[in-house]
Formats: sequence, structure tokens, C-alpha cells
Amino acid sequence: MIEVDALTKRYGEVAAVADVSFRCEPGTVTGFLGPNGAGKSTTLRMICGLTPPTSGAARVLGVPYRRIANPGRHVGVMLDASAQHPGRTGRETLRLAARLLGVDAGRAEEMLRRVGLPENAGRRRVGGYSLGMRQRLGIAQALLGDPRVLILDEPANGLDPEGIHWMRTLLRDFADRGGTVLLSSHLLREVEAVADRFVVIARGRVVAQGAKDDLLAARAETLVRAPEPDALRAALAAAGLPARRAGRDGFRVRADAEKVGRAAAEAGVALRELRPAGDGGLEELFLSLTAPSKDPGGPERERPEEREEDAS
Amino acid sequence: MTAVAVDRPAAPSLLALTAVELRKMTDTRAGRWLLASVVLIGAALVGVVLFAVPRAELTMEELFGAATSGAFILLPVVGVLSVASEWSQRTALSTFTLVPRRERVVAAKLAAASVLTAVFWAVSSALAWAGRALAEALDRTDAGWGLPPRLAASALLLMLLGTLGGVAFGMLFPSPPLAIVLLFALPIVWGILGETVSALNDVAGWLDTGRTGEPFMDPGARLTGEAWARLAVSQAVWLGAPLLLGHLRVVRREVT
Repeated sequence: MIEVDALTKRYGEVAAVADVSFRCEPGTVTGFLGPNGAGKSTTLRMICGLTPPTSGAARVLGVPYRRIANPGRHVGVMLDASAQHPGRTGRETLRLAARLLGVDAGRAEEMLRRVGLPENAGRRRVGGYSLGMRQRLGIAQALLGDPRVLILDEPANGLDPEGIHWMRTLLRDFADRGGTVLLSSHLLREVEAVADRFVVIARGRVVAQGAKDDLLAARAETLVRAPEPDALRAALAAAGLPARRAGRDGFRVRADAEKVGRAAAEAGVALRELRPAGDGGLEELFLSLTAPSKDPGGPERERPEEREEDAS
Repeated sequence: MTAVAVDRPAAPSLLALTAVELRKMTDTRAGRWLLASVVLIGAALVGVVLFAVPRAELTMEELFGAATSGAFILLPVVGVLSVASEWSQRTALSTFTLVPRRERVVAAKLAAASVLTAVFWAVSSALAWAGRALAEALDRTDAGWGLPPRLAASALLLMLLGTLGGVAFGMLFPSPPLAIVLLFALPIVWGILGETVSALNDVAGWLDTGRTGEPFMDPGARLTGEAWARLAVSQAVWLGAPLLLGHLRVVRREVT
């Protein structure tokens, strides 16, 4: 369980994070989404007690993170996979963490296997690892203490499609066994398949949050085509359904398929196709929510420069 | 709130933290080379003493001075890197995530640096005796085998103060090159100023760690109360103050 309550972080005049609040419940995967520079990492660091907030508070398992006696045994954290000593081997990195956590050294070997780092990779220095291997090592360290909460910053960065699939399965399984997962990403499609809840942040502020289905339903569109598009347009207008032209003979309607079908049936309009648009509705939502503010009075934030950085 | 036992399992003990910090000083390639250099420099200088010093002056004191020089020069660097590399390699992120009470990590680093100093003091002493044995075999000396206990103890004390000073500088200046340069350059600059500017000469006698340490390494000098006072004052400035300020900095700093 993670509770974030009105977290704010100012650097001078700039609010990197402004009044961010959300909750992550056991058994769920929360996707923390936003463009680069939106304040995701700063928020996660505040949750983990590494960055003192200007105001607001965060609790993990009911207490501030720093109050947990041996936090690695309750909360698995990976904030930056690159932040490992390049001169240390992967195995040694995990063994050091195992000593701090007070778990058996054999647990380090077990985690290396669990995250799919082969025997010889464990003996190699982290400096020679690819970003994907560092992510796996970071996940191994996060899982080392058998935690109930996972907090991961951009864990899919640098992973190949197989790696992303592996990560999804792992996180889904973790949540299904009652764990709480909070993971951030600047790429919606990386977390779309695994998260049940989203918190979308842009320019330091939460711009949307809720269950994936609810967020989508609010924006769900239906694609409808008819041999007589003009008659269909009239039918949709009569039913009060907002529609815009899509293709030669179709419309995208901001309503579910049933409402569109009824409107057509009542007007006696034959249809050629009726289906949920479903193509990137969430992507569209994400982009529209995180687009730069046109309001000059809004919070000023540096614009993300590389939206697709490290896209995998 | 939820009745989750966040108090258990207990935080790692200071002993466990110290063991981890000791291991971190010795488990990287850079760390191993640095520590190997401590021994290599000592051994090389013992060799120089063996072949370059006249027979009459080839004493145990002379050999001990040569053998400990590697530790005196490089252990402060080990101290600097034990803290500064946490920032430069960004391992502070996972260190302080796993041990949020940062003052415990600082304490463990100081303890680990002390243990390491004691170990290399012992290794240096062994090197000195090895040199003495070699001198015997080569028939290069008439001096005895004994090492004045006061000299040995003083060396341990000054070595310890030097290494801990390195840790303190590493906490105060998180960039390793900057911390190392300042650690060596500031006392040298200060020493030169003290020698050349007559007005500073008296002050330097209290603040230049090189000068305040001298009587301790000179078997002939008497260790008066004033000698101890001078050592204490100089170390308060070069070790105490950086330690205090550096500690505050580490504890309050944002970890990114």
C-alpha cells in the first residue's frame, strides 16, 4: 500500500512536483505515466525518502518510508538501473544487498536465475552490462528481500520485446499474489498491458487518474460505417451522439457500440460495420493529457525534449 | 492504520553495516588496485632504504618509515573514495534506499576505514620487519630488530587521523577528483604559507597537520602536553570540521 498525499517539490521558483496525490492498493499495478521531465522520478524519490518534499507526505505500508526498520524486506525499489558500481560484478552487487537485508547469500543466486541473468553474467562486472541486463539486475535487487511493495522507475527502459513481456508477467504475478506495484513510464504502451490503474502526470501535476477501464470508457469511441453515410449522420445527430467523419463512409462516435446501433436502428439505417474504435484510444488520451499547457498562467515546466528516448 | 510490522526484521546492525562497507572498499577493481598500491609503495621504498641508505643509518625506524609511506599517502584516498564514489557512481541511490538512516552508513564507513587502517598498519609493520630480515641476509645493517612502541602507536594514530580525514573530505566534497586534490593541496598550500609568511608561522604551528604530527614520529622528541594540544587543534580543523559539515551534508542531501 502506497499513499501519496499532496506531495510538492519546489526547486527555487520551479515546481517539479505540485500537489500530487494518489493511492496504490494491494493487488494492483499502478502505471505512473508522463513525459520525461514531468516529475515522475522526483515523486518516486520523495516516496522513498531520498528527496525531502517541500510539502505533503507519502506513506508506504502506513508509515513514512524512512520509518521502516529494514525497508528492503518490505519494499523493493529500483529508481535507476544505471546507478550501480561498474567495477562490481552483478553477483557481488546482489550479495552486498543481501547482507544489508539480512537474507541468505543463496538468495542472490536465486534472484539472478529468477531475472534470467545467466551464470557468466553474474560473474561479469556491471560496467559491461547492457541497459537491459542492468534493468534485470535492478529487478533482482528489488525482489531480493521478498517485498510486498514494488516501486520501479522506468523498468522497461532498454528491455527488448521479450524482456518487456517477461517484466509484465512478473509484475502481474506479483500483484495477483497480493503485492502492490507502482511503476513509471514515459511510454504508455510499455505499461498499458500490465497496469490496472493509471496516474498520469504532466508538468508536475496529476492530470488524470483512475482505473484503466474507467479512463478508457470516458474516451471510448465507436467506429461505424454505412452505405448511406448521410442518413447515418442524420441518425447520429438525432440521437445526440457526437460524431466525426472517418473515411469515405464512416464516423467515429463518442459513445459505445450499443448506443450507436440503437440510433441507427431507430432511424432504419443499414450498417456496414459497427465496432469499438479501440485503436490507441488510451494513447490519444495520454498524448492529449500530457500535451504542453497552452495556459500561460499554468505551472511552467521544462518541455520534454526526447519523448521517445530509449524506446524499445 | 494497517497493522504491518514495519519494525521487523530489524535494521542491519552497525557491525553488519561496517562489514558491508569494508567489502565495498575492497570488491572493485579500483579499490583492489589502490590497496595493492599501498603495499607496493611500501615495499618499493623499503627496497630503496635497503640499498640506498648507509649501513649506519639502516635502522628499524628507517625501514618502518619507508614501509608505512604507502599507507600514509593512499589510505586517505581510500577514505575519500568510500564516500565520494557513492555519489559519482550513484550507488548512494541504493545504499540510502536500503539504509534510510544515513548517519548509520556514515558511522559504518568511519568504522570500516578505521579497520582498514589498522590492517594496513599491521601489514606495513610486517613489511618493515621483512626488510630488516632482508638486510640481515644481505649483511647491510648492525641495528636491532626492535620497533619503538611509541613510534608504532603514533604511526597508527596519525594514519587513522589521515584516513578519517579522507572520509570527511569525501563527505564534504562529493566529487572524487575535487576531494582528493583538496585533501592533498590544502595542507600543502597551508604548510608553504606557514613557512614563508612569518606572521602565519606561529599559527601554522597549531594548524599545519604536518608540523603538529612531527614530534609524534620523531622518537627523540618529548610528547609534551603542548604537542598533544597542537595535534588536537590542527585535527579539529582538518578532520573535525570537515567531518561535522560533511556529515550534515550527507544526511540532508537529496539523493538523485
